[in-house]
Amino acid sequence: MIASHEERLIGAVARLILDPAAPPARHIAVGAASPIPAAACWLVRKLGHKVRLSLLHRPRGNPFTEGSRELFDLAGQGRIDLFFLGGGQIDGQANLNLIGTGDWPGRDARFPGSFGSAFMYFMTPRTILFREEHSPRVLVERVDIVSAPGISPPGVFRRGTAQALVTGRCVFGFDGAGFSLVSLHPGETAAGVRDNTGFDYAGDDAPITPDPTPGELAVLRGPVCDEMRETYPDFCRRVWNAP
Amino acid sequence: METPETLAASIPDGALLALPPDNSLAPCELARALVRRGARGLRLLGVPVSGFATDLLIGAGCVASVQTSAVTLGEAGTAPRFADAVRRGAIAVIDATCPAIHTMLQAAEKGVPFMPLRGVLGSDVLAHRADWKVIDNPFAQGGADGGDPILLLPALSPDVAAFHAVCADADGNVWVGRRRELATLAHAARRAVVTVERMVAGSLLDDERMAAGTISGTYIDAVAVAARGAWPLGLLDEYAADAAHISDYAKAARTDAGFACYLERHVLPSRSQAAE
Repeated sequence: MIASHEERLIGAVARLILDPAAPPARHIAVGAASPIPAAACWLVRKLGHKVRLSLLHRPRGNPFTEGSRELFDLAGQGRIDLFFLGGGQIDGQANLNLIGTGDWPGRDARFPGSFGSAFMYFMTPRTILFREEHSPRVLVERVDIVSAPGISPPGVFRRGTAQALVTGRCVFGFDGAGFSLVSLHPGETAAGVRDNTGFDYAGDDAPITPDPTPGELAVLRGPVCDEMRETYPDFCRRVWNAP
Repeated sequence: METPETLAASIPDGALLALPPDNSLAPCELARALVRRGARGLRLLGVPVSGFATDLLIGAGCVASVQTSAVTLGEAGTAPRFADAVRRGAIAVIDATCPAIHTMLQAAEKGVPFMPLRGVLGSDVLAHRADWKVIDNPFAQGGADGGDPILLLPALSPDVAAFHAVCADADGNVWVGRRRELATLAHAARRAVVTVERMVAGSLLDDERMAAGTISGTYIDAVAVAARGAWPLGLLDEYAADAAHISDYAKAARTDAGFACYLERHVLPSRSQAAE
């Protein structure tokens, strides 16, 4: 079985979720429009790991009876271990910009807005950043607008920050100060990633991102796809030819 | 007998009007009625984000400002009239972040002047909010000099909250199912106006299975029946969103002319209706 690009990204995110060096992920929440992070969570669960998943936009079986307010209260108490965030721009200090480019509030190009990022990024012990587009316009030296800062000064209450950034080209790790290259997806080169990244990072000598195993691919194409179809019908059609 | 048109007439120009997001009982027929009545200067509040109804109202020129944590059409992408209005500087955007909006409403529902919220420090959202304050936590070890900065948010009472519920009874109780965050919105708002799919006999609060998903008529000022009043959005397990329509809207509304056509076709009264 040959893994598709999306399946590789799902596998890479799943390995980060299971990273034994990271704080435990007992309860993971996934926000809107996040098929790859959601699939990675389902893969972890379907592989038999005990994890509670709260998928915010699942039309049926949505775990919340007080909407997103309940999600934020859970996170505030420290009951969510891992969340996923992205950004229209992400910079080398893991600052996220979901608001826009140019002058405030995004007069050049307006993105949707910060959603809950300015809160969630502080409240979970770790965050996996996911942004498929890996280009100098997305991965910038410094974001135009900070929706949510990646680093806070001492004394500011914060449980965690980015664990890693997964893009369509590679996986970067984040150590609380800067990014370092962890692995290159098949077909990518160290020089190509450097050319397409607007911020500086450590390391060029990195292994190839491993493909999901045949067993993992079978789980993705079967039970994971079944769980995803109602929330992400287009994604499941495109990636797995689901009816 | 209230109708979406009478509810729209009761929302004055310039009102601070709170609307739920697209997956939580958004009152689309009421938004269309506001367009038809030619509402102006509305200050919209997304609780905590904004979607189709907000984009429609902005495009129709009904809106002066939007306070929200995001404006999006979900899978259909960018909210085109919002993006265009921001580019032209035609509306004021007051950016928030989702839990801050919930917290400001929770302060209002408790009748207290402010509530604290963790996080947000260092975000440019905070830098652009003169009405949000940071203090040192007075309960920290070492007291207020303990160096534990925390955000305080002012109570926020919308002039009007509007949403589309599944059903209502003659006492004005309305049923929102699991979307109980709307109760906080109704509690916090000065007035709440609600459209529903249908009226039901008896009292929703007499039925133990319905009571938990019911907002008491204490908080509801007016109810009107509007069948399929959330369309083109979905409503709980009553009906799914009309994804094709929303996608067509997202394409049409990219241009002024396309949006004007959309209004003619789907929002403004037809000539025959106008003649009735």
